[in-house]
Amino acid sequence: MDTATTNAIEIRDLVVDFGSRRILENISFDIHQGEIMVIMGGSGAGKSTLLRCLLGLKAPTSGHIHMLGTDICHATKTDLYKMREKMGVAFQGGALFTSMSVAENIQLPLREHTNLDENTIQIMTRIKLDMVNMLPHENLMPSELSGGMTKRAALARAIIMDPKLLFFDEPSAGLDPITSAELDELIIKLKKSMKMTIVVVTHELESVFAIADRIAILGDRELIQIGTPHEIKASCDKRVIDLLNRTPRESIVDSDAHLKRLTRNAQS
Amino acid sequence: MKSNIRSENDFDVLELSGEIDLHYSPELRELILGSLKGGKALLIDMSDVGYIDSSAIASLVEGFQTAKSTNLEYGLLSISHPALQVLTLTRLDQVFSLYDNVEQFQSQF
Repeated sequence: MDTATTNAIEIRDLVVDFGSRRILENISFDIHQGEIMVIMGGSGAGKSTLLRCLLGLKAPTSGHIHMLGTDICHATKTDLYKMREKMGVAFQGGALFTSMSVAENIQLPLREHTNLDENTIQIMTRIKLDMVNMLPHENLMPSELSGGMTKRAALARAIIMDPKLLFFDEPSAGLDPITSAELDELIIKLKKSMKMTIVVVTHELESVFAIADRIAILGDRELIQIGTPHEIKASCDKRVIDLLNRTPRESIVDSDAHLKRLTRNAQS
Repeated sequence: MKSNIRSENDFDVLELSGEIDLHYSPELRELILGSLKGGKALLIDMSDVGYIDSSAIASLVEGFQTAKSTNLEYGLLSISHPALQVLTLTRLDQVFSLYDNVEQFQSQF
């Protein structure tokens, strides 16, 4: 038995339905402590739904998610609240409060979850702002920030509590290549220095292979493959190859079936 | 976190061990500021610190600022590798005075 690897997150037989539509089907995999796991897949593959389940924002139809030993699918509100203190989340759009300055946004989790001294809060805020190169902009309002600055501010807020688990939703989307590479570098440094377990949901291939220790690929509601970047690059699965090669969806092979799909509810 | 403070002639030595996170950083802050209030230089032994988070770093920074404003020597001794990684990430390894042994610190005053 391998005792060297400890799982930060264990996902077992996860099924998620939205009404009669199945979004995720029997997803099972582990995320090791201290690794960067990238979850990728095409649009509609279920990446965002899986992330919402991991964050405890969406209850699965069935299955379990054990996070640092707690089953978050069946946890009490109190347990979920405690778990969230150990989690940091950087949402795609930043999700900053528009009525607060950058610094006030970043301090918010500390003020809500701790009784730290004001000096400590101020210094911690500036440490995190400096880490994401946002220290000169601490007094700006979210409406005054560029897309890249918003993402960096959101990251500073996500790491303000030094979380054990850090979740990123599309960190590089909409960023220029230099800012994107800086963000990738910071993600790797956070893992190494702060011993964080980091889960990144993205379809930006350059970032994926720059930061991932392992990659989980979703498609057609299922987990298609999980492995190291090397293993994923060597995959023989056509769906993985298509995703990595950015192959467009297959051209129409059955014109009658396609016509039927388009005209299903139309009057003839 | 475990801590022990001992007094030398001209300075105090604060020995720290274990993990220092959000739960322990207020105690660390009290220890540092309490020692500096006594008007003596402070050397913080971090050789046995396993993990340090940014709230603990903030306490170290506040201590450094207080020491500077009262003209007291303030240094970190034999920082463990995990703690040094965090200091490096936050670029504070270039701000604090780091010492390999007590004699080096003593030679400052």
